[in-house]
Amino acid sequence: MRVAFLGATKGMGRALARLMAERGDSLCLLGRNPTDLQRSAADLSVRGAGAVVPCVPCDLEKPGMFAPAIDAARAALGGLDAVDVTAGIFATQDELEADPGLAERLVHIDFGNTVLFCEAAKKGLLAEGGGTLCVFSSVAGERGRKPVIIYGAAKAGLTRYLEGLDHKHHADGLNVVTVKPGFVKTSMTSALEPPPFAGEPDAVARQVLRAIDRGTPVVYAPSPWRLVMAVIRALPRAIMRRVGF
Amino acid sequence: MVSEDLERVSADVCLSRGLGRSYGDASLPPEDQPNVLNTRLADRILSFDETSGAFRAESGLSLTELNRLLMPRGYFTPVSPGTSIVTLGGMVAADIHGKNQHKDGNFGDHVTSMKMRVADGSVIECSPTQHPDLFRATIGGMGLTGHILEVEFNLRRIPSQWIWQESRRIRDIDEFQDALEDAATEWPYTMGWIDCLARGKSMGRGIMMTGRWAESAEAPPKPPKKGFQPSLRFDWPSWVLNGLTIRLFNELYYRKQWRRKSSGIVSNQSFTYPLDAIHSWNRMYGRRGFTQYQCVLPREAGRSSAKRVLEVLTSRGGASFLCVIKDFGREGLGVLSFPRPGITLALDIAVRDDTQALVDALNEQVLQEGGRIYLAKDSFTRREHFEAMEGQRLDEFRAIRDRWDPQRRFRSAQSVRLLGD
Repeated sequence: MRVAFLGATKGMGRALARLMAERGDSLCLLGRNPTDLQRSAADLSVRGAGAVVPCVPCDLEKPGMFAPAIDAARAALGGLDAVDVTAGIFATQDELEADPGLAERLVHIDFGNTVLFCEAAKKGLLAEGGGTLCVFSSVAGERGRKPVIIYGAAKAGLTRYLEGLDHKHHADGLNVVTVKPGFVKTSMTSALEPPPFAGEPDAVARQVLRAIDRGTPVVYAPSPWRLVMAVIRALPRAIMRRVGF
Repeated sequence: MVSEDLERVSADVCLSRGLGRSYGDASLPPEDQPNVLNTRLADRILSFDETSGAFRAESGLSLTELNRLLMPRGYFTPVSPGTSIVTLGGMVAADIHGKNQHKDGNFGDHVTSMKMRVADGSVIECSPTQHPDLFRATIGGMGLTGHILEVEFNLRRIPSQWIWQESRRIRDIDEFQDALEDAATEWPYTMGWIDCLARGKSMGRGIMMTGRWAESAEAPPKPPKKGFQPSLRFDWPSWVLNGLTIRLFNELYYRKQWRRKSSGIVSNQSFTYPLDAIHSWNRMYGRRGFTQYQCVLPREAGRSSAKRVLEVLTSRGGASFLCVIKDFGREGLGVLSFPRPGITLALDIAVRDDTQALVDALNEQVLQEGGRIYLAKDSFTRREHFEAMEGQRLDEFRAIRDRWDPQRRFRSAQSVRLLGD
């Protein structure tokens, strides 16, 4: 599989990229920090992604870079079978309320610009006759919840976008895989207290890779979160107003 | 604190830790500075040359992961401790040794270069030729010279993932030391298990295990299977390991080796990492846990020194579930590296009310023999004992710390206890 990967340097993206490298997939890394990309490229290369893992500059805050980056990845890999997007930012509701600039940035990166990046990725994949677009959204987008109002809204928008993309292009050979991680122990969440069913990046990555291979449209990871979120979605407003989660 | 980017987050932290498996307080922060930097997410391999074996990685890479990736390709660390649940940074900081110490020295002897963040905030490379004082103080320096960010060393080629092992029943402590000395000349890996409860004539009886890499022709054609890995999910009540159960275990374990000598092919995993077979085995010791006590007795102290130390243990009724004996061949490269030519004893001791007194008594004896203790395992030694054991080496370590970290920005609970700052 030839994969363009935005977000392979950290967290769940790093774990997923490593699994792909170890089974011999070809990877092209997209990201904003060239030194950091090179270090991950070296790591993935030793793990089996091939002698050279190409890196392409791409910053989620600069939409002008998206289409050229996808084109560069296609050229470097000699084609394209999948695009993975794990990049994004996180901030707590308190931080976002205290800093409107940060809130604006988060909504741009996690929603608006991720959508634009997916548009460029979609075009690239359709030009190859189809493929898999795997994007990390979040269970935070399943219900308006007090601790993740703004972050959750951005992810809710992203989830809806990916759903529509699947409806429109599935027949064209585009598999859209929407990953909804629950709480996963990564550096992004290291400041938070892990709740029950908190997952490890490796286990999540294995689940996601299976979904990519099978074309599963929606993945809750770790899987107990499917049930947890079903319950939370069913809670009446009167209860959601009272509880803290 | 945990992050993939050690360089960004290490600026104001007093200590790094890896997987937190050192037995004592070396990876714990001092009381007044509760933040420790956890390196386990900084685990990328940065370069690997299949021809020379030269290898460089971020310091949080674990030996488990390194083995999983590169053992099937025929490469292994030149020196491995008895567990693979360690990071490269921890292997440097403790200057770990393994079953081949008599032949290959410590891990630090194989490190070619390191990237470090030092006290003034700068990030520098150090090696035997670049800032050699910092390099030597960092090897075995328990993280007190700075944050270890990257480690470079040479991997070794191995002919298979299997070990040709020979085990031998040993009658007493004198025979043990002779046997280890003889084995050292022909075996790359040697160590022994001692039944610490045997007294009198059979004091120091046990089993010596020796091994070498199996050639590909004699090894099974398939790599070792990863079998069932049991895990202790709760702390055992502290009465489970009592004098009687430990005696029973020791007796059975000794009798298991009913033949004087036996040999065969075993996987490297079971030979090198016997304890990793049971995940969280430490919970066996209950809520109060256990401590390890490891000392080295110099060759000059003579044959009977090991016997005298074991006598201190048995006379105080200190029951040790696991006692390991091993000969050391040479001094380490680090200023505070633990090994020196002689014999080392490592004891697992369940923590009880009298543990402090027991460790004090052991330390008094080790001091008399001219020996020293292993910081990676220690949590009970008193400062005066440590200072008396280390003497000039400690002066040199302090001088290098004065040069690189005059304000003592790097500290741990252990440094406060043993060095006073």
